[in-house]
Amino acid sequence: MKLEDTFEETYTALSANKVRSGLTMLGIIIGISSVIALVSVGQGAQNSISSNISSLGSNLIEVLPGAARTTGSFGVSAGRGTAKSLLQGDADAIATGVQNVVAVASEVSGRYQVTAKGTNTNTTVIGTTSQYPQIRNLNIAEGTFITDGQNLSLAKVAVLGPTAAADLFGTDTDPLGQTIRIKNVSFTVVGVATAKGGTGFNNPDTTVYIPATSAERFLAGSQYLSTIDVQATDAPSMAQAQVDITALLLQRHNIADASLADFNILNQNDLLATVSSIAQTFTILLGAVAGISLLVGGIGIMNMMLTTVTERTREIGLRKAIGARRRDISLQFLTEAVALTLIGGIIGITLGMLISFGISYFGILQTSVSLQAILLAFGVSAAIGITFGYYPARRAANLNPIEALRYE
Amino acid sequence: MIEIKDITKTYGMGDTAFQALRGVSFTIKDGEFVAIMGPSGSGKSTLMHMLGCLDTPTSGTYILDGKDVSTLSDEALADIRRDKIGFVFQSFNLLPRTTVLRNVMLPLIYADVEKAERHTRAAAALSASGLPESHFLHKSNELSGGQIQRVAIARSLVNDPSLILADEPTGNLDTKTGEIVLGTFQKLNTEHGRTVILITHEPNVAEHAERIITLRDGLVVSDSKAHTRRHAKHHAEMNTS
Repeated sequence: MKLEDTFEETYTALSANKVRSGLTMLGIIIGISSVIALVSVGQGAQNSISSNISSLGSNLIEVLPGAARTTGSFGVSAGRGTAKSLLQGDADAIATGVQNVVAVASEVSGRYQVTAKGTNTNTTVIGTTSQYPQIRNLNIAEGTFITDGQNLSLAKVAVLGPTAAADLFGTDTDPLGQTIRIKNVSFTVVGVATAKGGTGFNNPDTTVYIPATSAERFLAGSQYLSTIDVQATDAPSMAQAQVDITALLLQRHNIADASLADFNILNQNDLLATVSSIAQTFTILLGAVAGISLLVGGIGIMNMMLTTVTERTREIGLRKAIGARRRDISLQFLTEAVALTLIGGIIGITLGMLISFGISYFGILQTSVSLQAILLAFGVSAAIGITFGYYPARRAANLNPIEALRYE
Repeated sequence: MIEIKDITKTYGMGDTAFQALRGVSFTIKDGEFVAIMGPSGSGKSTLMHMLGCLDTPTSGTYILDGKDVSTLSDEALADIRRDKIGFVFQSFNLLPRTTVLRNVMLPLIYADVEKAERHTRAAAALSASGLPESHFLHKSNELSGGQIQRVAIARSLVNDPSLILADEPTGNLDTKTGEIVLGTFQKLNTEHGRTVILITHEPNVAEHAERIITLRDGLVVSDSKAHTRRHAKHHAEMNTS
């Protein structure tokens, strides 16, 4: 039997029972389209989380102070980040002594009441150095960021986040050149940053930036840093840079045992990997739920094919009597099952893509349909056709022609 | 040319074994019109399955056109059925909701005949069995019983078989329509030289053949020329009268 004839027989058989074929196909359509749509939602969520993390800075390594310990063999830990262990010297040593480091910025941060003429806000004030914007992906809308010179001279200048600027000066006044007071010290506004949007607990848009040295002298009253931000040249060199920084700081702090280190290092890649793996688990979960509906659709195909074989027993008997080989019969029924799933698969893929475009279009989430997901869905629908069509087809092929012809 | 020798067929095993055929032998030459007759339970259906290569005998040999087909596999038997045998069934067994032409072309699909040739051969077979051309594109369920059986006869002819096996072909038809169908077989036999084997339990149907083999309890009890052969008017004469 020629392939072309097989297709023609399939078409005749499927169109003879349009409603039944359509309903069976609907199972596959729903299964495939939900796989495509839900996986695209999962991947969209994954992408949006990754890009949020990237906006914190690129190839960022953060060095934080460790837990403060009281001295003695029964030292009490006071929690991470409480130690006063990082100095500007550490930051400078990292900048000069560690390879694969592009930029280093110190941070001395605290929360203070900030006032201007008749207004005030309570916000994070970060004392930092000139390379901070590059490391943290911060852009300056007006004026300039803090320079190295201002750091050397302990200048009383400030750069405002856009929300902080609006809180203090409203939207009508140009904040440049105006004066703000932090802890009763006057600072002149020299720049305003562009909006970045919040990432979790600290919102860069409300932050006020001043020189690190000024923060140490006028606000914190000590020379300890709260963070050292380090930017590595690229993602692959981050792990090595982290190792090198650890070694350098252990040496500088005279600590022999790495487990007693008085600082912690956070690697942005680790964070990204953790969050991505959570998002991936979420995608797999969504895919699995959709996969179950696909499986149910496949069983629907098998059910229909078994009914068809029973219904057409006499026809199968006749076909065998006039010389159809076992292969001809099994191929005919297998083609019917595969045709149902493939057509259902194509419609399902189209529908799934429409749904995911709809989700993007209405701004719920920026979804992304990957070619991989489409190919997978296509492969799965073909596999379902073959798997669930095989048993009914084999049953049809193995019918005894004499008994099949007598079947009532 | 059909030669069967000492064919037996046993169903089941041991105590419950039932011997449907107990040593049947005969020879049918090309161009003969033979009726195989017998009451129900005589083994004529079993014999029809053997002759039609739908089943193989327990013992004995069946030589069809010089080839021993009694020991072939199921798949090889399918090939023999496709190339050498045409079936006409009591219950017609046409594909429903399918045109007359497609029904007749069905055996040719399995024989891998080219599409254009299928069409010509199906049309020729339909004309030989006496169905007017105007009915070729009708759906099979739109035809009368007599017309349906003639489509079935055309289907049995279309692969140019060595023998046409008709199993109670008039069983579901009224007497008058049955006569026309039998006339069609006679015409195919006399004018086209087809070998026809008619399986029936009715003596007056069997008498349309030129030779009658009677079975009883799995054995041939008589094998002779029909004493009073009936000549049915075939369709062409019916149409003019």
